[in-house]
Amino acid sequence: MPRRTMIEAIRDAMDVMMARDANVVVFGEDVGYFGGVFRATQGLQAKYGHNRCFDAPINESGIVGAAIGMAAYGLRPCVEIQFADYMYPGYDQIVSEAARLRYRSNGDFTCPLVIRMPTGGGISGGETHSQSPEALFTHVAGLKTVVPSSPRDAKGLLISAIEDPDPVIFLEPKRLYNGPFDGHHDRPMTPWSKHHLGEVPDGHYTIPLGQAAIRREGNALTVLAYGTMVHVAMAAAVETGVDAEIIDLRTLVPLDLETIAASVRKTGRCVIVHEATLTSGFGAELSALVQETCFYHLEVPIKRVTGWDTPYPHAQEWDYFPGPARLGRALLETMEQ
Amino acid sequence: MIDHAPLTLHVPEPAVRPGGTPDFSSVRIPKAGSVARPPVDADPESIRDLAYSIIRVLNRDGEAVGPWANLLSDSQLLDGLRHMMTLRAFDARMLMSQRQGKTSFYMQHMGEEAVSCAFRKALSPGDMNFPTYRQAGLLIADDYPLVDMMNQIYSNERDPLKGRQMPVLYSSRKNGFFSVSGNLATQYIQAVGWAMASAIKNDTRIAVGWIGDGATAESDFHAALVFASTYKAPVVLNIVNNQWAISTFQGIARGGSGTFAARGLGFGIPALRVDGNDYLAVYAVARWAIERARRNLGPTLIEHVTYRVGAHSTSDDPAAYRPKAESDAWPLGDPIIRLKKHLIVRGAWSEERHNQAEAEILDTVIAAQKEAEQHGTLHAGGQPSVRDMFEGVYEQMPPHLHRQRHEVGV
Repeated sequence: MPRRTMIEAIRDAMDVMMARDANVVVFGEDVGYFGGVFRATQGLQAKYGHNRCFDAPINESGIVGAAIGMAAYGLRPCVEIQFADYMYPGYDQIVSEAARLRYRSNGDFTCPLVIRMPTGGGISGGETHSQSPEALFTHVAGLKTVVPSSPRDAKGLLISAIEDPDPVIFLEPKRLYNGPFDGHHDRPMTPWSKHHLGEVPDGHYTIPLGQAAIRREGNALTVLAYGTMVHVAMAAAVETGVDAEIIDLRTLVPLDLETIAASVRKTGRCVIVHEATLTSGFGAELSALVQETCFYHLEVPIKRVTGWDTPYPHAQEWDYFPGPARLGRALLETMEQ
Repeated sequence: MIDHAPLTLHVPEPAVRPGGTPDFSSVRIPKAGSVARPPVDADPESIRDLAYSIIRVLNRDGEAVGPWANLLSDSQLLDGLRHMMTLRAFDARMLMSQRQGKTSFYMQHMGEEAVSCAFRKALSPGDMNFPTYRQAGLLIADDYPLVDMMNQIYSNERDPLKGRQMPVLYSSRKNGFFSVSGNLATQYIQAVGWAMASAIKNDTRIAVGWIGDGATAESDFHAALVFASTYKAPVVLNIVNNQWAISTFQGIARGGSGTFAARGLGFGIPALRVDGNDYLAVYAVARWAIERARRNLGPTLIEHVTYRVGAHSTSDDPAAYRPKAESDAWPLGDPIIRLKKHLIVRGAWSEERHNQAEAEILDTVIAAQKEAEQHGTLHAGGQPSVRDMFEGVYEQMPPHLHRQRHEVGV
C-alpha cells in the first residue's frame, strides 16, 4: 500500500473528489498556482484548471462567505483557511450563516461546505499560528468538527467531509503533517513512512464522521484524545507502563459517545487530553458526558491535561504543550488514586 | 511649539433633529432624463460620473423622459403599480397584526416599494437574490402567495420555515429569494459566491446582492466588492440608501465618501445612483446592470436613493431621532403616487380606477390574512411542532440531538 504524509493524503482526498465530482472546487489564500503554504493543494490547479482551484484575496470572511454562496448554488466547495488562527474574520459567516442555513430555511437552501484549517502548535508559530479553536466550533449547532490524527484517517475523513451534505470544519494538526509527532520535540522526527497509519489506500474510500477509533487497547484507564495528542498519549502510555486504552475521537461533533462510554465503564478511570486551553475547552464537554454516562463506573475523578489558559507562547512552547511527561504524570496520578 | 489647535474628533450629525424643520437642500436632484445611458460594455473609467448623479425617468409632470425611458408597456406598468400597492396594503395589515399581538415583530417598506418591485421584473427565472429584510417586493412582484408570507410572519402550522425564523426573514429558492439572515451584510459576499459558482459552471444565471446604507460599513461589504471585482462575478450589488440605519443617519456609514455608489469606483466596478422612488428608473437601471452581468461583463454597484418613511421596525420610534414631517419633505416623493400619476398621464389609468384597485387589493390582502389566521398566529391556533425544533439542524439527526429530543418527549 502506498505511504503518504498527511499533507499528501489530504491532497489525495481533494484530488480524488475533484476527479469524481465536477462540483468540488478548492480555493483559499496561496492555494492556486503555488499550492498552499503547506502544499496541500499543490498541482490541483494545473490538473483541474483555474475554475476549480484558485487563489483568493486575503479575506477569510470573503472566502467563507463566497463558499456559502457557492454551496447554496449547488457546488461543494472545500476551502482552506491558511491557519486556524486566521479564521476569526470568517467566524460570523461560519456561525451565523453556514451552520444555520439549512435550519432557518427549512432545507430550502443547504450548505455542503468543508473548511480546512491547519491547527495546533509545536512549530514555533507563537500565538497566531498555533491555536486549537475546536471548541469554538463544537459549541455551534449545525457544524460538524473533525480532527484527524493520521494520513489514512485524514484522507478518509476528508472525503466523508466533502461528501457530507452539511458544513464540516476540518482541523488539520499541522505538527502531524510530516510525521506522527509524539511530543518529544528534542528527538529526531519519525516519518509517516515508518508508521502503519501512513499507509494510505489509493482512490476513493471513506471513514464515517462520528466514529472513534481505539488506538491502543487497555484495561486500567481510558485516555480520550484527538489530533496530535493521540500520539502523545501513545508515548505516555508506553513510557509509564500504564495499561491505558487510548481512544482517538476523530470527530468531535458528532461524537462517538458509545465507544467512549464502553471504554470508561470497562476501565473506571478517564484522562482527557487536548492542546487547546483548559477553560471551556472540549475536554470540559467530554468530562461532563463521561460523568453523565459513566458516573457509577468511575473509581476516581476525571482528569484533564491541556494547554494552559494563556495565549500560545513562542519561547515557552514546550512548557505550554501538554507533552508526554505531563500526560504521563497524570496517568500515574490517576492510577495511584 | 505647535502652531495649530489640538486634535478634535469629528462625529457627523444629520442636518436636522426632532423639533427642527426638515431640510434636504443638500440632496442634489438632477432633472429627470438628464443623465446619459451608456452602453452596457462602457469602460467603467468613462462612466464614473454616474456614481455622483441620480438617474431619473419620471419628471414632475408625470412624464417619462430621457434615455432610460420607454422600456415598459402599459400593462407592465399597471402590474408594477399593483405590486407596490399590494406591498403597501400587506405592510399595513401586518403592522396592525403585530400591534394586535398576532406576531412578535414586523418591518414595513413604506416609501421603498419601487426598489424591490421594479428590480424583480428585470430578472429572469433562475436568477438569485440575496435580500435583506426590506425587499419583500421581490416576492410579491414574482407572485409568491401572500398567504405563505403571512404564514411565515405568524409562525403558524403552515409556516414554510416551521417557526424557526423571525417574521419577514423569508426563504424561497424557486422564487430566486435566498433565505434572509438577521445579521447584516453577510449575504452580500454570498451573492458574489453564488455568481462565481454560476460562472464556474458556465451557467447563464446571475446573482443579486442587497444591502442597506448602514450595513455598507460592515467588513463583508468590502469582502463582496473585492471578490466581485477580482473575479468579475456576474452579480448586481444593490445598496438601498433609505437615509436611516435604525436611528443612525446615513452620514455615519458614508463618512467622507461623496456617495455610497462611489465606493465601487476604487474597485473598478461601474457604480450608478438611481432615483429609488421612480419605478421606471429602477427598472431601467436594473436591466442595464443585469444585462452587463449576463454578458459576462462583470459586477455593477447600484445605489437606490430612497427614504424610509416608516419606523425601522415595530420595535423602533423614529420620532425620537428625526423630525416628524421629514418624510413629507423628502424631495423624491412617493413611488406609488408617482407611478399612478404617470399612468394617468399616459391615459392608462384614472383616479376612479385607482380607488377601485386600492379597495380590491385590500380585499385580496384581507382574504389572505383570514386564510393564514385559520392556520394560527404566533400565540394562538395552529403552531409548528416542538419536534420541528430538532429537525433540520443537519440532514441526518446526530445521536446527541436524538437524545435531547427524547428528553423533551417528542
